[in-house]
Amino acid sequence: MTDATVAAPAPPVVLAARGIRKSFSGVEVLHGVDFTLLGGEVHGLVGQNGAGKSTLVKIINGAYAADSGEIEVRGEPLPRAEGRERGRGGIAMVYQEFSLIPTMTVAQNVLLGREPKGRTGLIDDGATRRSARAALARVGAEIDPDRLVEDLPVGSRQLVEIAKAMSQDAGILILDEPTASLAAAEIHVLADAIARLTAEGIAVVFISHHLNEIMELCDRVTVLRDGNVTLSAPTAEVTLATMIEGMLGQSLESALAYQPRAVDRSGAPLLRVSGLRNDRLHDVSFDLHAGEILGIAGLLGSGKSELLRAVFGIDAVEAGTIELEGRRVDIGSPARALAVGVALVPEDRGRAGLVREHSVGDNILMAAWSRYARAGFVDDSAAKTAAESLVGRLHIRTRGLRQTVKTLSGGNQQKVVVAKNLTVSPRVLLLDDPTVGVDIGSKREILMQVRELAGAGTGVVLVSSELEELSGLADRVLVMRAGTIRAVLDRADAELSQEVLSRAVQG
Amino acid sequence: MTSDATDVEPGRPRNLRRLPSGAVVYVGFVAIFLFFAITLRDSGFLTIENQLNILRQTAFVSVMAFGTTFALSAGEIDLSIGSVVALSAMVTAVLLRDASPIVAVPAGLLVGVAVGLSNGLLTTRLRVPSFLITLGTAGIVGGLSRWITSLQPVPVQNDWYTFVFGSGNIGPFPTLFLWTIAVMLVAHVVYRKTTFGRRVLATGGNRVAARYSGVNTQRVRVMALVICSVTASLAGMLYIGRLHSARYTLGETDLLTVIAAAVIGGTSMAGGRGSIVGALLGSLVMGVLNNGLILMGFSVTEQDIARGVIIIVAVAVSLREAPEG
Repeated sequence: MTDATVAAPAPPVVLAARGIRKSFSGVEVLHGVDFTLLGGEVHGLVGQNGAGKSTLVKIINGAYAADSGEIEVRGEPLPRAEGRERGRGGIAMVYQEFSLIPTMTVAQNVLLGREPKGRTGLIDDGATRRSARAALARVGAEIDPDRLVEDLPVGSRQLVEIAKAMSQDAGILILDEPTASLAAAEIHVLADAIARLTAEGIAVVFISHHLNEIMELCDRVTVLRDGNVTLSAPTAEVTLATMIEGMLGQSLESALAYQPRAVDRSGAPLLRVSGLRNDRLHDVSFDLHAGEILGIAGLLGSGKSELLRAVFGIDAVEAGTIELEGRRVDIGSPARALAVGVALVPEDRGRAGLVREHSVGDNILMAAWSRYARAGFVDDSAAKTAAESLVGRLHIRTRGLRQTVKTLSGGNQQKVVVAKNLTVSPRVLLLDDPTVGVDIGSKREILMQVRELAGAGTGVVLVSSELEELSGLADRVLVMRAGTIRAVLDRADAELSQEVLSRAVQG
Repeated sequence: MTSDATDVEPGRPRNLRRLPSGAVVYVGFVAIFLFFAITLRDSGFLTIENQLNILRQTAFVSVMAFGTTFALSAGEIDLSIGSVVALSAMVTAVLLRDASPIVAVPAGLLVGVAVGLSNGLLTTRLRVPSFLITLGTAGIVGGLSRWITSLQPVPVQNDWYTFVFGSGNIGPFPTLFLWTIAVMLVAHVVYRKTTFGRRVLATGGNRVAARYSGVNTQRVRVMALVICSVTASLAGMLYIGRLHSARYTLGETDLLTVIAAAVIGGTSMAGGRGSIVGALLGSLVMGVLNNGLILMGFSVTEQDIARGVIIIVAVAVSLREAPEG
């Protein structure tokens, strides 16, 4: 993204943080971190959850005060005070959870709190619209400023968010996992917006779990592990392997390499879905055998999540049958699905997987209270033992069963959702993109758990938008498009490489 | 989840363990009590008779606050409880006039079951928020309670009934107080120790996630509204036992007090978090306030104004103490 001319002057240092230390309740989470940001660069910041990325950026943008160390912005030291978020130092941050108000227009959002006023003291709508249009043009977004934010796709909302942040004269833009909820095409639009800003000399900090994106989009990368910088170098000089090593302290041994497994598919299938049909699915049929990991690949809107929802009894079914071990079952609700041994790890853990305000223990046990109860009275010690054993089995990093689930990292929250679904000892486990927005360490643990379950005879249906996951785990892959199964790829017949899958998905 | 673990609300910081609703309701109760004990020491605030009076007067609100805790925890609200008080009072009183308590008592409770079921089924089937359904129900049920005797009060003269429901004493304890404790114990156990209680909290905390976890959230919401309404019908029956007469105005000012008591006790208006013991403390806060204001010599209208102000302050303080989000 930067000017690659040999003779170009070295870009100016816009932000230099040195020896940043920070402790929370006696535990030091940053151990003297150095971080330098150059004008016009895109600087990737990676690390597992808990490595200290978000603490570092919150210190940089002033939400937290460092315990020691100094930060200079364009040579001027920043005071170490808390709460100087606004304006000072010209640092803008776009969080994962967007701060836009869905029921207001794009223009109203961009200029929220800074609305241009006319002579009468009333808001000048025309000027608001013009300013918003200019702010959007700056990031290359062609969005009608009069549209309501709730009517925009996620990708456009993010551009509005960036336009809003940048319209406050920021010289530094921090993007916290900006691609987590974007489709591939939207990522290109975001990359274009970032390129426009860096061309103006603005420095961008880009936090992401997707190392491929870091390689593509960033000029330099800084890797954090356990509160230390383990690597900071131009991306041209690093490889995926060195980044992973920096994050994990060891190379990612082939957790994602397919391990040959013997699945007996000669007998009757564990799950047989025949002719499933509703407004999103057209005549979908497949078999799943005990111990098999059946992958489902497809683009957004291909019907892969809808298929899982229909099998789990969330979405209504107009026609078709579901058989478990040869017996037809009528699954009309999730309660019924769980009762017959079908569990689902949903796509959106915050909305459908967790009660964020409740404890780790209550979340894990949410689907299984009746298993740990006599005559309706909860047997607390049995429930606690079960929950604790799952915390151990899935390596959920928590202070204890009573910790509020929303205070866990994304990866550990997802492990709680998986744990919840294991309390019911499912015969069929449906997983809908179980590693989205999850750090590499948790991802490996979740996928190893999936393998282990399949090894013990559970039938697994794994929907994933990450082809490397399917390539590494699935015994067979169904490719879906427009609500139908377009192809079945069997490892017995063909290599299930990412290239093969990618071609099949794109059609 | 040992027994002490379950006393901790989900979502509370660890250091507040074992406090059913956070410290604020206890501190607030003690502070208000001490304030009146000192300022009203010569007006008889601290006499045993006055303290028993507070317990008697609080019983109606307490019983309803327990039910409201269920409704709020499930993510619902019942605005018809005041009207249910009046209707169950009228129905029970009319039947007591003509029939035995064996008929009248179940009939009174049945009023609560019927209104609660109708609230719950309309809310879940029509997918209209319970806020609106119960607002409508409040009008309908209130109208029925006025229509049933054409606005005439009905005397209650059955001695057995008035003794059990509100006027008697067993040993030193007013039956109203014993009712409060009994309902509280049952409610607390159901809320904290049963699968139903967990499902109520899960449903109120995140209805979608609860449904994905196999909870029949519709049934849970209906049940929570039935429980709420039944406690209101019991309160109506206690009122007429205490007053020896039923009139359609009973309960008409209780709604705000009951919801305030539950919220002050640590129950979230957004659902998913609450406390039965806290609801009792919240009710006692309201009862002590009421009693203190009367003893201080405020007129009825002044009391209304003071109570409104204090409720806003008390609710604001107790919400401030709750965790963010």
